[in-house]
Amino acid sequence: MWRFVSYRLLQAIPVILVVITATFFLVRMAPGGPFDGEKAVMPEVKAALEAQYRLDLPVSQQYLSYLGDLARGDFGPSFKYPGRSVNELIAAGLPVTAELGLYALLVALVIGGLAGVIASLKPNTAQDYLPMSAAMIGICMPSFLLGPMLLLVFGIYLDWLPVSGWGDTPGDKILPAITLGSSYAAYIARLSRAGMLEVMSQDYIRTARAKGLPEWQVVTRHALRGGMIPVVAFLGPAFAGLLSGSFVVETIFQIPGLGRFYVQAAFNRDYTMILGTTVFLSTLIVLFNLLSDILAAWMNPRLRAQFGDN
Amino acid sequence: MATQTITDITEAEQGTSLWRDAWLRLRKNRLAVFGLTVLVVFIFIALITPWIAPYSYETQNLDLGATGPSAEHWLGTDIFGRDLMTQIMYGGRISLMVGFVATAVALVIGIAWGAIAGYVGGRVDAVMMRFVDILYALPFMIFIVLLMVVFGRNILLLFLAIGAVEWLTMARIMRSQVQALRQQEFVEAAISLGLPPATIIRRHLIPNALGPIIVYTTLTIPGVMLFEAFLSFLGLGIQPPQTSWGLLISYGAETMEEFPWLLIFPGLALTLTLFSLNFLGDGLRDALDVRSSKD
Repeated sequence: MWRFVSYRLLQAIPVILVVITATFFLVRMAPGGPFDGEKAVMPEVKAALEAQYRLDLPVSQQYLSYLGDLARGDFGPSFKYPGRSVNELIAAGLPVTAELGLYALLVALVIGGLAGVIASLKPNTAQDYLPMSAAMIGICMPSFLLGPMLLLVFGIYLDWLPVSGWGDTPGDKILPAITLGSSYAAYIARLSRAGMLEVMSQDYIRTARAKGLPEWQVVTRHALRGGMIPVVAFLGPAFAGLLSGSFVVETIFQIPGLGRFYVQAAFNRDYTMILGTTVFLSTLIVLFNLLSDILAAWMNPRLRAQFGDN
Repeated sequence: MATQTITDITEAEQGTSLWRDAWLRLRKNRLAVFGLTVLVVFIFIALITPWIAPYSYETQNLDLGATGPSAEHWLGTDIFGRDLMTQIMYGGRISLMVGFVATAVALVIGIAWGAIAGYVGGRVDAVMMRFVDILYALPFMIFIVLLMVVFGRNILLLFLAIGAVEWLTMARIMRSQVQALRQQEFVEAAISLGLPPATIIRRHLIPNALGPIIVYTTLTIPGVMLFEAFLSFLGLGIQPPQTSWGLLISYGAETMEEFPWLLIFPGLALTLTLFSLNFLGDGLRDALDVRSSKD
């Protein structure tokens, strides 16, 4: 197990370095500086600004000093929000995005997991087809379509739920969480169905049945743990998808989270903000992939044995 | 003369046993047939759009403004009085093109990469696949947003960027296929006949790995189309005056309170296409999956 963990950790470090380097130089290649805005800035003001943000130094020095700042956990100042640092913006946006992601993941796990397990218990019957067709709709319906449609129906026509905001009015977190979670619910439904079907045909399930356990105990006690391995392995990529999916959902529902900051920074050419959020999000995603891989390995005795210490 | 006959028979038999069987199985899957039909119709419409579109692409009618579906404009008009059906048809051309071209880019890179890594093996394989592993861990959604910001919104770049993401899985599938095929007698026979590796890969390995590749391709196209729509929705993809379904949905979402049809019809077009591709992909997987058919 330790060998597996350290192997994956060693793999994650170069990935994060590649991310930082690639992002840094990509952003520096961008035509049009952050101060070439609508209003013409006086040359001396521009020079002073550039000096303040170290843009006057050679790129290699900028890169090294940026790495140094990162090592101290400093993402630098924002170009577009004077006087605020990228750290502050991340600190303001992250809790919102994390909360949204958490609710979405809950929606996905509960609905998707239940649908998948229910479908797998009676394959090729209505009990299977119904939830799986719903899952197909969930996969095909992109969030930027589902979000506005839900808004239109529940926010405007029925007027049951607020149409925008985050934590301002009761119930304004429901629609965003469903919008973001639905496609993951659909994937999880398919994964858990496939995983459960595979497990249910194995010998140890037959043993459990033969010793007279009631069917629901066979499922909850024995089948779930094995059948959910694909779902757990999917959690890392799902988290990555949730983060980038939150761009859209936060834009639609006007939620002040990281995703919205990121898209705004992209439009504003806010160099340090793009750089900072990209590095931050990427690191987070890499770490989550790592975590879900380790979790999946821990749940799967065969994989554990493969990396066992012998 | 005799050899000729034998090859004829084997070829004919192979034709019926694998691809014909798969086709027969696919035909029984009603959802897959539905998907295939929708796709063929949509692709056909996209190809002949310039000749059959009810209105010209640029025609505006500002006095008319946004109107609901009517006899003159079957799907209504947008706020500039442009015919929505015409826009959806032209948007479909772009959306489908992005889907197919970007997938083709992914296909070419992925197959070549996977086939070489799997065939050569050893250290070359290790290095090539480690590279894939590293790229796999990168959060590409974020990177493509960044690319579009840095280099501007450019449809060619969009093809390349999306293709550059999607080839990774293709390479992994191809590699595992080639590794399995390598061990088989007909490949050993080809090697001992002294055929050059490029020929063996092209003539023997790729054709035999086609099944999983086709299935994965059908499932990649909807992903790519979704990705384009996502970028266009955020305002980072296709640029006006060109349009795509994602862009139309984004405009529709802005005015959905007053003019819901501007959101619903482009959304329907995109969802129906994604549905069809996924159904077809699932159907193909079942039809070509040798394992499950032997059970």
